[in-house]
Amino acid sequence: MKPVLLVDFGSTNTKVTAVDVENCQILGTAAAYTTVETDINEGLHNALEIMEKTTGHLEFEERYACSSAAGGLKMISIGLVPELTAQASREASLGAGAKVWKTYSFNLTKGDMKEIEEYHPDIILLTGGTDGGNSECILYNAEMLSQLSYDCPIVIAGNRCAADECAEILKDRSISICENVMPRLGELNIEPTQKQIREIFLKRIVQGKGLSEASDLVSGIIMPTPSAMLTAMELLSDGWEDHRGIGELVGVDLGGATTDVYSIAEGNPANMATVMKGIQEPYAKRSVEGDIGMRYSVQGILEAAGDRKIAKLSGLNRQKIPQLVEYLASHTDYIPDNEEMEKLDFALACAAVETAVARHAGSLEQVYTPCGLTYLQSGKDLRRVKYVVVTGGALIHAKHTEEIASHALFDESAPGSLRPENAEILIDRKYILAAMGLLSQHYPAAALEIMKKEIAYYGHKE
Amino acid sequence: MDKKKLVIGVIGADVHAVGISILQHAFEDAGFDVTNLGVMVSQEEYISAAIETGADAILVSSLYGHGELDCRGLRDKCDEAGLKGILLYVGGNIVVGKQPFDEVEKRFKAMGFNRVFGPGTAPETTIAALYEDFGIKASEKE
Ligand code: B12
Repeated sequence: MKPVLLVDFGSTNTKVTAVDVENCQILGTAAAYTTVETDINEGLHNALEIMEKTTGHLEFEERYACSSAAGGLKMISIGLVPELTAQASREASLGAGAKVWKTYSFNLTKGDMKEIEEYHPDIILLTGGTDGGNSECILYNAEMLSQLSYDCPIVIAGNRCAADECAEILKDRSISICENVMPRLGELNIEPTQKQIREIFLKRIVQGKGLSEASDLVSGIIMPTPSAMLTAMELLSDGWEDHRGIGELVGVDLGGATTDVYSIAEGNPANMATVMKGIQEPYAKRSVEGDIGMRYSVQGILEAAGDRKIAKLSGLNRQKIPQLVEYLASHTDYIPDNEEMEKLDFALACAAVETAVARHAGSLEQVYTPCGLTYLQSGKDLRRVKYVVVTGGALIHAKHTEEIASHALFDESAPGSLRPENAEILIDRKYILAAMGLLSQHYPAAALEIMKKEIAYYGHKE
Repeated sequence: MDKKKLVIGVIGADVHAVGISILQHAFEDAGFDVTNLGVMVSQEEYISAAIETGADAILVSSLYGHGELDCRGLRDKCDEAGLKGILLYVGGNIVVGKQPFDEVEKRFKAMGFNRVFGPGTAPETTIAALYEDFGIKASEKE
């Protein structure tokens, strides 16, 4: 047996997962409450104590951690045109596991600068222009950023012809220059930038947030939690060397404040007659819905779905819903203790999953031309994806997880929303995905085997 | 000399895809940096692409006869988006049926197009016009 400990430092919870990498087994999992104020080691100790009650004492040979504590990796993205480089810049940051507070396009204003100062991001991603294209905007924005009052790391990944001049303008700052996130129009190139963001996260952010205090217990926080999650989903989908993955998948992580959706899929148009619009999207894509969450952002669910829909899904009286939702929003640690609230939570979860996956997935628009129907697709066509993996406390501990998750699927009443048509629902019951993303950095084969066993095999039986 | 940058595409709900790829290759061979947006391109897409790539000209293609409707307002939107004075060309089968070309040309010029090309225009004609409008002399060509 070779026990390895994987830790996920969250903002309210520290989760621990112990695995035996030799036999590809989960030894135990546990979680303990943490707050920003308390030393994060305390949560870790508590979680370990809870876990060792069932596993017995374990001598860990290796320990790895990911973190979304202290607000996660806070970023802002800057590009030129909203649906072009600004979106590419946003995709790059999200895929690196960041919390993208805001994406700016065109020239930054004084008001924008004030906002940025107040938000105090950990990293700024500055892009704009294709290679050889527009350089005025990125230079102007570099000039604006040179006035920031603190030394925020800035990743420059725009028009390569403007890179040297940007570096000159920002020469007193911590900058790194990467390949353009959009070297040619519509073409995405985000991996180099993501690698750079992760490096900065390791070098600067972890220390800065007092997370390194945990370093005596953990060989190192190696990635932001969402990045671990995305890595795990990619591994489960693609496989590793001659170990096969399960194929294209969509992942949904329903939380209290946000809902993250992942897709590991090409998403190409289903037929030749479909014309693609907008930028090419990443094969491994992460989106975050900041207004969709079961507690802090519960109002956003109601707004997106409408009270009629929530009433229908829950069977509750429409008039009552706003007041109950209000209660949830102000009691963020509330767990339903009566039938009415259980029904409401169920309905909200269904609507949250549906809204978040619909926003993540591509859309198909019918256009009537003089010669008949043609189709315009933007985003990814996920209809042929075969698996939907659900994770997150709000989902895996719910009573009707499978039914809630089925709202991620294609809906005939909204045929333009390209969600999976015939996908099997897999549940991350032990909440191990982020841990497996971490483990995969050193033991990819073991991480894959464990996920296949725990999620692909056991995960579909209710 | 820096390559001049062109944004090209077929406007509106038009799906005629062959001509535009021929134009792309012809323009690239003539020494231009070409961003081809393909078919079914909206006015907004031309403009966004021109801003991002820092384009020197937008060449609109229309084959299916509805070009006049599709092109209306493009110049105003360019002005609005800060692409003041960008070169605008249009060509293909830009109107329905066979209409006297000088009238068609007049209407499209009134819409703000710098040059209007009739059916069956050879790529060489357009390339010569581009050289002229950019002030590129024969000796500078690649
Ligand atoms: C193939 C074809 C189709 C195919 C297109 C397949 C595809 N995905 O590309 C299909 C069957 C889908 C089709 C559909 C239609 N078509 Co059709 N189609 C043709 C056809 C036979 C050939 C087009 C072609 O590829 N030509 C070869 C290329 C190389 O030439 P080109 O496109 O003209 O482009 C050259 C020049 O025009 C010029 N050029 C083009 N754009 C620009 C722009 C600038 C700025 C400049 C300077 C030059 C320039 O340079 C290009 C390269 O040399 C033409 C008839 C013809 N022989 O031209 C009709 C034709 C274009 N179609 C026509 C019509 C009406 C239609 C339909 C409306 C209905 C129909 N009758 O079928 C639909 C419209 C669909 C839609 N939403 O767009 C008409 C247009 C009439 C008009 N404008 O008044 C034509 C002319 C046939 C006709 N005589 O009636 N079509």
